[in-house]
Amino acid sequence: MMSCEGMANRIVKYLDGRASAAERHELEAHLALCADCRTRVEEFRRLWVVLDEVPAIEPSPAFDARLRERIAAAPQPSPWSWLAPAPRVLAAFAAMVLLAVWLSWQSPAPEPEARTIEPGRSEQEFTMIRDLQVLEDYDVLANFEALEVLPVASDSDDRKM
Amino acid sequence: MARSDVQLMLDVKAGDAASFELLLQRYRTPLVNFLHRMVRDAALAEDLAQEVFLRVYRARRRYEPGAKFTTWLFRIATNLALNAIRDGRYRTAELSLDDPAEPDQPPVLELPDGRPTAEQQLLDQHRQAVIRRAILRLPEKQRAAVLLHKYQEMDYNQIAKILGCSESALKSLLFRAYEALRVELAPLVGLAAGSGQGSATAAAGEGRKA
Repeated sequence: MMSCEGMANRIVKYLDGRASAAERHELEAHLALCADCRTRVEEFRRLWVVLDEVPAIEPSPAFDARLRERIAAAPQPSPWSWLAPAPRVLAAFAAMVLLAVWLSWQSPAPEPEARTIEPGRSEQEFTMIRDLQVLEDYDVLANFEALEVLPVASDSDDRKM
Repeated sequence: MARSDVQLMLDVKAGDAASFELLLQRYRTPLVNFLHRMVRDAALAEDLAQEVFLRVYRARRRYEPGAKFTTWLFRIATNLALNAIRDGRYRTAELSLDDPAEPDQPPVLELPDGRPTAEQQLLDQHRQAVIRRAILRLPEKQRAAVLLHKYQEMDYNQIAKILGCSESALKSLLFRAYEALRVELAPLVGLAAGSGQGSATAAAGEGRKA
């Protein structure tokens, strides 16, 4: 059996028609036996009718025009406005930049070993690199057994070719 | 077939100004009335309602259809009203019971047959002032809950989202609010007094959904 206490919090739901059939039956069973709750429910019902006495007002005729003025006067969003909804992203980005700066300051990159460039050396290196393929070819040809069985070309043959 | 609020808002997002006008037509009056009942000052209520629409317009590009459009709209309105109340920007001073309900309406001196007499009109205005004052005396959150439930006829889930509370907390809030109004308006609703049925019944239904 529902108590008056339990009844209180369900009056609104009962009166606005949102109570389930089971809840409604439970409430009505209590109301049939409890005169105090019957009075309260009836007063709530009357209260809702009384609240309807307050008339509605109409917006002033200038409402829309004033709104348009305000919209026109409102500042346009800046190109950076996309950052506004995500201040945390901005803060995280700033923190990463600061961290990167701090780390680079704490452990400077090792300086490259000093190299003295001897005059003429770079030219030698260039020549060596340029001839590398040729030398490799020479090495292969010099040790290629199959070439040994080939007839030795004479100068006249070379000319024919 | 009328486009839904969400569809209109998506069209506004896509740059259709006419859809914004339709939303404005749809919700201008309900918003102004809600805010008027919250802050009791017609000029401030209009100012706040415009601010609500302005914010909706400015947020149009970020709009994502999630909750109901009206939940979003009235959440903005409620927050603006609560801020205005806390800033003291509205007329909380004791509402004089002699205040005419609508100062802009001229008093009726001569009445044709079948219409309320001047005396009856004064009585009605007095009753309306009593009811308004009772609503205004509710704590702000209770007031918002009653206005959204009684006049906007929103369901519990929606009101709870607007007020940022659970549904069970809202039911308790609503009961306390209506109970306070029942006590405050006992002369109008009390069974012992036996009043409150006359013009109340006649007016029933007229103020709803406004």
